[in-house]
Amino acid sequence: MIHISHLYKSFARDSVLTDFNLTVKAGETKVIIGRSGAGKSVLLKCIMGLVRPDSGSIKINGVEVTDIAEKEYNKIRMDIGLLFQGGALFDSMSVADNVAFVLNEFKNLDKKTVQKKVEEALALVGLQGVEDLNPSQLSGGMKKRVSLARILCMEPQMIFYDEPTSEVDPIMADAINNLIIDLRNKLKVTSIVVTHDMNSAFKVADSIAMVYHGQVIAEGTPDEIRHTKHPVVKQFIYGEAHGPITDDENLIFGHVK
Amino acid sequence: MLANVSYKLGNLLFGLINYVGKLTLLLSQTIGLIFVRPIKRERILIQAKRVGPGSFFISGLVALFIGMIMALQMASQMIRLGAEIYIPSVVGVSMTRELAPVLTALIVAGRVGAGIAAEIGSMAVTEQVDALRAFAVNPVKFLVVPRFLALVIMVPCLTIFADLVGIFGGFIICVFKLGMHASMYLNMIAQAVDIPDILTGLLKAVVFAGIIALVGCHEGLHVKGGAEGVGRATTFSVVISFILIIMADCLFTTLFYFIFKL
Repeated sequence: MIHISHLYKSFARDSVLTDFNLTVKAGETKVIIGRSGAGKSVLLKCIMGLVRPDSGSIKINGVEVTDIAEKEYNKIRMDIGLLFQGGALFDSMSVADNVAFVLNEFKNLDKKTVQKKVEEALALVGLQGVEDLNPSQLSGGMKKRVSLARILCMEPQMIFYDEPTSEVDPIMADAINNLIIDLRNKLKVTSIVVTHDMNSAFKVADSIAMVYHGQVIAEGTPDEIRHTKHPVVKQFIYGEAHGPITDDENLIFGHVK
Repeated sequence: MLANVSYKLGNLLFGLINYVGKLTLLLSQTIGLIFVRPIKRERILIQAKRVGPGSFFISGLVALFIGMIMALQMASQMIRLGAEIYIPSVVGVSMTRELAPVLTALIVAGRVGAGIAAEIGSMAVTEQVDALRAFAVNPVKFLVVPRFLALVIMVPCLTIFADLVGIFGGFIICVFKLGMHASMYLNMIAQAVDIPDILTGLLKAVVFAGIIALVGCHEGLHVKGGAEGVGRATTFSVVISFILIIMADCLFTTLFYFIFKL
């Protein structure tokens, strides 16, 4: 379970998260939606400890992580997999070495066992015969799936997905959505999916939270969000060019209407 | 005008001190992590292969010509004094104490240091460094330690090679141009070049190697702003490595001559 309360994070003069509150229950898939630059990825990095928040509290399975030492954080990170937006595969390694990264780094397994686990993880994400390729030889969707296979080798309790369906074609996006649902059903992982792809959000979510101006402004089941009367949420989920979000931005950035 | 110049010079000086402070912190982290498990020797070997074999030719070539040029320059002066017999001594001592370590370090800084900054910088902008941390792997342990050790091992090896090739460069001029007997040249080298000359040169090489590794890694790890940032970090790493190598050389030469009397 993840419990975030009164979280603040700013970079220089830009406030990204402002009194941010969110709870993700164990085994739940929480989808966080919001415009690009709304602070969704920063939130994931704050939870992972890659970026330290200015103030507030993040509790992971009851452990307050905002002020713990890096060594202690590493123990918590071992249970969390983060799927980066671009995959973040290591360029200098083959696909097999990427997937086996955690096994080679932390577990003393023989070559055959590692190879078997790599094949299993790749099969779980629907990839075969790509072990010897380099990341540069993969398409965007394949990179994301290899990255997911790398996470699966960790056997994590939680998986965070940062824009899992961006930069992939609609068919691959749907395959990735199915994969997220499968992983939840098979492995019972707690998931946070950050996205602005509403098809993906409605398909994979147990609940959806909308981030706006660094705060959660609406939260509910996919059905509740779909039928919301909140004007900001409505404009976002239906992708309308005119509405309170764009009016507000015109005001903020001083654009001429 | 004067105030403006002193303000800028002051800023530059404080910037340099600040930067050296950051490198010192990275050095302490790196040394602290060398013996932390898991110790992956193959990672050091991979980096050593990148540093060494490719640099032997270029550092050998430069050392050969520098040895020849030194002998030629000396010849024009020494012949007037009838002291051409001392040319091998000057070439030997200059190469081992000064020229081989500095030139090798400058070549490695341009060739390898820039590569380190570019490689780690690209990893930083594509979130690979964040991915390491997300997998509970310390980026300093994974990226900096192998490169640091590879350079600290390989640059002294390259320096010894450059010493020998540079002395051979002097040999070519002294024997084939000035008509000195080969055994005379080698005897003079043996008499002039002492163990402290070689050791001080190698100690400098170790320090220069550390500077190259730390600057390259520091710049790479702190890249911001995509491809443009990587380019900036690469250029900056070469410039700052050159400056720090020359400054460290001056400091060590002073220490060796005036404090330790070596």
